[in-house]
Amino acid sequence: MLPPDEPLAEIACTVNGRRVAGRTPLRQTLVEWLRAELGLTGSHVGCAHGVCGACHVRLDGAVVRGCLVLAVQADGGTVETIEAATGPEVAALREAFVAHAALQCGFCTPGMILQAAELLQQNPAPTREEVRDHLSGNYCRCTGYQPIVDAVASAARAMQAGGVEGA
Amino acid sequence: MTPARFAYVRPETLDAALAVLAREGEGAMPLAGGQSLVPMMAMRVARPALLLDLNRLPGLEAIAVVEGALRIGAMARHASVLAHPAVAAEAPLLAMALREVAHPAIRNRGTLGGSLSLADPAAELPACMLALDATMVLASAAGERRIRAAEFFIGLYATARRPDELLLRVEIPRAAGWTAWFEEVARRRGDYAMAGLAVMARRAGGLIAEARLSFCGVEPAPRRLPEIEAALVAGADAAALLPRLAEPLGSAETPAPYRLHLAQVLLRRATESLHAAA
Repeated sequence: MLPPDEPLAEIACTVNGRRVAGRTPLRQTLVEWLRAELGLTGSHVGCAHGVCGACHVRLDGAVVRGCLVLAVQADGGTVETIEAATGPEVAALREAFVAHAALQCGFCTPGMILQAAELLQQNPAPTREEVRDHLSGNYCRCTGYQPIVDAVASAARAMQAGGVEGA
Repeated sequence: MTPARFAYVRPETLDAALAVLAREGEGAMPLAGGQSLVPMMAMRVARPALLLDLNRLPGLEAIAVVEGALRIGAMARHASVLAHPAVAAEAPLLAMALREVAHPAIRNRGTLGGSLSLADPAAELPACMLALDATMVLASAAGERRIRAAEFFIGLYATARRPDELLLRVEIPRAAGWTAWFEEVARRRGDYAMAGLAVMARRAGGLIAEARLSFCGVEPAPRRLPEIEAALVAGADAAALLPRLAEPLGSAETPAPYRLHLAQVLLRRATESLHAAA
């Protein structure tokens, strides 16, 4: 917890489609603010210094490390977290992650899904190597990654086949 | 993992940002993409008194060919540079190197100017600026200043940027007839380079006529190595000269002799590949 006399900054932004205004400690990161102030605990704090990818959120449409952006920097911006992540890629990935048991503890899963969805938006038919490349900044300590790559590849195939409706 | 306290300003014009730097000097730390600075603050390796957030300054992310040079604004994000058709056409070396820069989420936020201004010895982009013979354009309240990449990187995390200056953009001369080569060795995709090599080679009449190169991750700062460049042009065993010329960094994970070995491997691959393509 930060001390009570912590310097604050005004913040007003759109989070998961909702206008939010309030104050944030200057040195609070975006992921900490989303979790502590807005109760959006789907984005996780793992390493807290930009290595593990558990904190990924979308900021102005791009997937970023929530621990490497200060909350005050989201002022005026648009944030989307796993709680409200929509689109056909996310829907396909959600199904495929379950079908392939691409998680055990699930701590890394929100970050994985957001990062993999970005890949499928940019590249609808990635090779396994491209999947591994794109997820290289997301750590999983349970699965050994094989089922995650399986799930992303499977989601891509399902989308190519038109088997998934937009969420 | 909470940073030490800092004050924060987010100017909306370049003049306002430069006024802050003129007033505060080294007390103000420019915040570009924050993909190195924020973790350094989280670990309290960096404890800036004042963060000068550059993310609202207009126009600094532009990428365009102007007067025969590719101009890339300092706030251009790595992902934008990597995807930009003008970069693919005019400076494919940058696109080759950027694929090795960190991970997608970091490339979405990190900036060219931030990487160049930090001058991490393992960073790919400073080495590319030397191979591309880029010019850095800096601004202070007193005006603009231009400096060649070869004079910009002066040491470990050290550049010729004065505390009252901001890097505005780089200008990369168009390079028709030049071939780009980039490769690095890292433990995993996106990890820091244990050794990397950026080369630009000009072909003429089936031969290599000229070459510019710099390693990254090998020495404290990227630099041109004229004797190595001459040997590469001649098709000689440039790698054999490296132990005499290079001053490799050492660490517990990557001892200096191993870095030197990797640098030699890369140099041999580059020589072979560029001569085969010439």
